[in-house]
Amino acid sequence: MEFGVISLIQFFNVSKHYPNGVKALQGITLQIQRGEFVFIVGPSGAGKSTLLKLIFREELPTKGQIYVCGRSLVRMKRREVPYLRRQIGMVFQDFRLLPDRTVYENVAFAMKVVGAGRAEIKRRVPEVLEIVGLTDRMRMYPHQLSGGEQQRVAIARALVNRPSVIIADEPTGNLDLDTSWEIINYLQEINRQGTTMIIATHAREIVDSLRQRVIALDRGRIVRDEYRGAYAHAT
Amino acid sequence: MPTPMRLRIILYVLQEACTSLRRNGWLNLAAVGTTAVSLLILGVSVLLFVNTNHIASMVESNVEIMAYLEPELDEDAARALKTQIFRISGVEEVEFISKEEALASLEKQLGKEKLLRESLGGVNPLPDAYRIRTVEPRQVAAVAAAVSRLPGVEKVRYGQEIVEKLFKLTGWVRLISISLMGMLGICAVFLIATTIRLTMFARRKEISIMKYVGATDWFVRSPFLFEGIILGGCGALLAIAVLYFSYGALVSRIGEVLAFLPLVRDPSVLFRLFGGLLGIGVGLGVAGSFISIHRYLRV
Repeated sequence: MEFGVISLIQFFNVSKHYPNGVKALQGITLQIQRGEFVFIVGPSGAGKSTLLKLIFREELPTKGQIYVCGRSLVRMKRREVPYLRRQIGMVFQDFRLLPDRTVYENVAFAMKVVGAGRAEIKRRVPEVLEIVGLTDRMRMYPHQLSGGEQQRVAIARALVNRPSVIIADEPTGNLDLDTSWEIINYLQEINRQGTTMIIATHAREIVDSLRQRVIALDRGRIVRDEYRGAYAHAT
Repeated sequence: MPTPMRLRIILYVLQEACTSLRRNGWLNLAAVGTTAVSLLILGVSVLLFVNTNHIASMVESNVEIMAYLEPELDEDAARALKTQIFRISGVEEVEFISKEEALASLEKQLGKEKLLRESLGGVNPLPDAYRIRTVEPRQVAAVAAAVSRLPGVEKVRYGQEIVEKLFKLTGWVRLISISLMGMLGICAVFLIATTIRLTMFARRKEISIMKYVGATDWFVRSPFLFEGIILGGCGALLAIAVLYFSYGALVSRIGEVLAFLPLVRDPSVLFRLFGGLLGIGVGLGVAGSFISIHRYLRV
């Protein structure tokens, strides 16, 4: 194991067993560097979601060590967890927007709860909404938007506090192929600006044509980890 | 953390607490009402206690004993009794009160009720009496016992005896009111907890998003804590208002009708009572919030 460069995310022999007997992950060792663009693929129940949950410490590993930004999540105290999560932007398949707030307010909410100032919010929110191309949707409510637009709001919200990494769990799972491409293009653009991107996905076509790093999981183990990889084994 | 940020967070927390207070109106009312009633009972009980103590201390410092004479006692026997009373150690002064004087002073105490004498049908039912003063208050009980053993004395009354009876009565009242207050207090805590749980349910989506974007535990919790404090505090203020106006009315009414009954009017006593009630009300609110935060807000 090389310790020269501190990776953004490091897993050392991590296992996660749930109390109901499910062995979600077994012996996972991996490193993700700053600025990488990583797809995590595999069939349902392979452990993708568990892997993501471990990174933002919604779950603790049963065995092994996890480091994010050089800090051990296992040894991390409860009250330090919020500060870890400010380094991580989350995007979900079901968008998770607040239906009674406008696009602007949904994004501003993420800044408000970490104690950002009014002036800072006023400056930053339009900035991220422009990155995801929603400047003209700012005063609309989520139900007035298409699915793709809603997911872009969620991406803006994940991005607004300038995290080191964005973790997206099936971000295109509810979207058609064209819209999925649109979302992936935005995520790629954000990655080019320097934000590390970790995407769990089933979108075979997208993974195959982007040729980024692919980590494939099956029954809780890493079965493949290749740069410029494809969704399935190259034959 | 710089100060303006803290201020912003406090403002945010208050705003959130107020929004949710508007949201569940009836339950709020129930929670506030129960808190108010429980504190009202406590307040009444405390006022009763304070006043009996006050009356007791005034009566206890009284060195007077009334010895009522048997009605068939003649003047000579009465005079002989007086010298016998004087021989008891601790007696300072003995004064004869005829039944006429006693009736007159009773009339005076009851106010301008001229009807008293008429309603008694012209017969004076009161006995003659000796008013005995002791040198010191602590001698009263012993002197009273000695006097009651003398022949010709029918009955002996003195203030401390009344005080003991008063304490026995108020002891019961206190026990009942405190257990009632305790039960209602527990109800208040659980109503507040339920109110707050409803708020949490209405906000579960926001709460989960807050956690994802890295809000601290206290940031997530404090609006609920404030909601509890506001509910408990409002209940306390309601109880205080009711107590303040009704006690004020009672004091002035009793001052008119029963001038000899010394009620506590000292404002500092009332302020301390009201401060205590407010504190307990807020405490009930905090307890209610903690129950819900603990059970339903695993962050």
